[in-house]
Amino acid sequence: MTAKLILSMDGVVIKEYPLTKERTTIGRKPHNDIAIDNLAVSSEHAAVITILNDSFFEDLGSTNGSVVNGAPTQKHFLQNSDVIEIGKYKLKYLNDQPTQTSSADFEKTMVLRAPVKQTKPEDGLNQTQGNVGVAAKHESTTQFNTTAPKVDVAPAPVAAPAPAGQTPVAIIQILNGPNLGRELELSKNLTTLGKPGVQVAVLARRPHGYFITHVEGASFPLVNGASVGEQPHQLKDHDIIELAGVKMEFYFKT
Amino acid sequence: MKVNEALEIVSQTNPGMVRSHNEDSVTFDVTHGLVVLADGMGGYNAGEVASGIAVSVLASEVRHRLEQIDPEQKDEESGDEMGVAVLRDNVKKANLSIFNAAQSQPQYAGMGTTIVTGLFYDNRIAVAHVGDSRMYRLRGEVFETITRDHSLLQEQIDSGIISKELAKLSKNKNLVTRAVGIEADVVPEVHLYDVEVGDIYLFCSDGLNDMVEDEDIGATLQMLQGNLSLAATQLIEQANDNGGRDNVSVILVKVKGSYATPRGWWAKLKSWFKN
Repeated sequence: MTAKLILSMDGVVIKEYPLTKERTTIGRKPHNDIAIDNLAVSSEHAAVITILNDSFFEDLGSTNGSVVNGAPTQKHFLQNSDVIEIGKYKLKYLNDQPTQTSSADFEKTMVLRAPVKQTKPEDGLNQTQGNVGVAAKHESTTQFNTTAPKVDVAPAPVAAPAPAGQTPVAIIQILNGPNLGRELELSKNLTTLGKPGVQVAVLARRPHGYFITHVEGASFPLVNGASVGEQPHQLKDHDIIELAGVKMEFYFKT
Repeated sequence: MKVNEALEIVSQTNPGMVRSHNEDSVTFDVTHGLVVLADGMGGYNAGEVASGIAVSVLASEVRHRLEQIDPEQKDEESGDEMGVAVLRDNVKKANLSIFNAAQSQPQYAGMGTTIVTGLFYDNRIAVAHVGDSRMYRLRGEVFETITRDHSLLQEQIDSGIISKELAKLSKNKNLVTRAVGIEADVVPEVHLYDVEVGDIYLFCSDGLNDMVEDEDIGATLQMLQGNLSLAATQLIEQANDNGGRDNVSVILVKVKGSYATPRGWWAKLKSWFKN
C-alpha cells in the first residue's frame, strides 16, 4: 500500500494524495502536486521525498515555515500518523505498511538493483559494559583468612529500559564477606558474576525468567547447595547462589 | 603457532521464532582459518539452495586453492595478496553457480544469497562480503562493525539522507543492493585487516543485528568471551527472545595466539620440520 497525505482544514478532509512520486511538492502555485491556494502558503512551500516505503518532509525555505507534530520543522523523516501543519491546513501522513517488527513476510530480504559504490568501513561505536566483579582470594590456606573475600559490586550499571518487559526486576544480595548486605539490581539482559580466570557465571534475564549459566572456571556455581552443571538453570525467588566462595541471595524486587 | 592452534571457532544457526525453515548456511574450517556465512533468499526452498551452494562452493574451492598456493603470496593478475584474490574469485565462482542453477531450474528463478567470509592467515584476516551479512570485531573494549552493508539503508546513511538513529525507524530494511547469484557477475567487497591476539570476530546474518542492538551484542561478547559457545547461544537466545523474526546465524572466532607465517629460511625450515 502506498503512503498518503490527507489534507484537511478545521477537521474537514479536503483531499487525499497518494505518495506515488519520488518528489511531491506542496505550495500555493497550481503546478504543485498539492496546491493550497492560501496566502499563508508560500508558492513553493515544501516537498515530500519518497524512497520506496519511507518518506521525508522538507520545508523549502517558506516564509511562514512548517510545523510537524507541533514543532517548527525544516526536515523530518515521516512516521505513520505524523501531522504537518502549513498555515491553517493540516496534512496527515498515513503509512500503514506493516513495520519490520510486525510482519514476517515483509522483512524477507529483497535485492535492489542499483549502481554500487565501494566504500570503506568506518569506525563503529564504542561500547563498554558493567561487569560485576566478585573477586575472591584463593591463595590462603587457612579457613579463617585475614583477607576476607573482596566483593566488588561495580558502580551501579546504567539501568537500561528492559526489552524483556514482562520479567520483573530481580536483585542479588551478598550474604557474606565484607560486602555483606550489598545489593545489585539485575536491570540488564546479561550480568556476569565472579572473577575472570577463576570462576564466572552469567545471569540472563529472559521473557520467562532469570537463568544462571556457568561461563568459565573449574567449578560450577551452586544454587541452594547443588551444582548447576553446564546447563542454564532457572532461578526461583530466594534461591541462594554460591560462586567463588561468595554467597548471594536472588530475589524478585517487590 | 599454526592458524588452527591460534583460533577457536564456534558456529550456531537457528530458524528463529517465526520462519518454518532456515535459509542461512554456515561453515568453518579451522585448519585453513576459513569461515563462511550466507543468508539465502528466494521462494520455497530456493533461499536454502542458494546459501547452501554459496557455502559449499566457497569452502571447497578455497580449501582446494590453499593447497596449491600461499595466501600471503602476490597474485600476479590482480596485484593483491592471494588470500584476498582467493576469496574474491571464489565468491564470483559461487555467484556463477547459483546464477546458472537459477537459470536452468524454474523453481530456483531469482534466488540469491548474501555472503560474508573471512580467511585468517599471517596474523591478518581477509574479509569478503556481499549484501547485509556482517562481520563485527571486539578488540579490548571496542566493539564495532567492520563490514558495511550493501543495502539501501546504508547508502542512505552514507549520503546523509537519514541518520543512524532514525534508520532504525525505516521501513526500507532488508533491501540489499548487491547479492550473490542474481546476475552473471558480482563484485564482492574485500578488505584485509591486521589481527591482534585477544580479538573476537563475529560473523552474523541480519537475523541477529535486526533483533539485538549492537550495544547488547558487544556487551554479550565482552562478558562471555571466556566461553565462546555460550556466547553464541546467548546471542541467538536474545534474538529469539526479542521476537526472532528471521533466521539467525553466528560464527565466533577468537584469536588465542599469533599465527604469523614463518619468514626467513630458518623459520621456514623449522616450520617445515614441525609439519
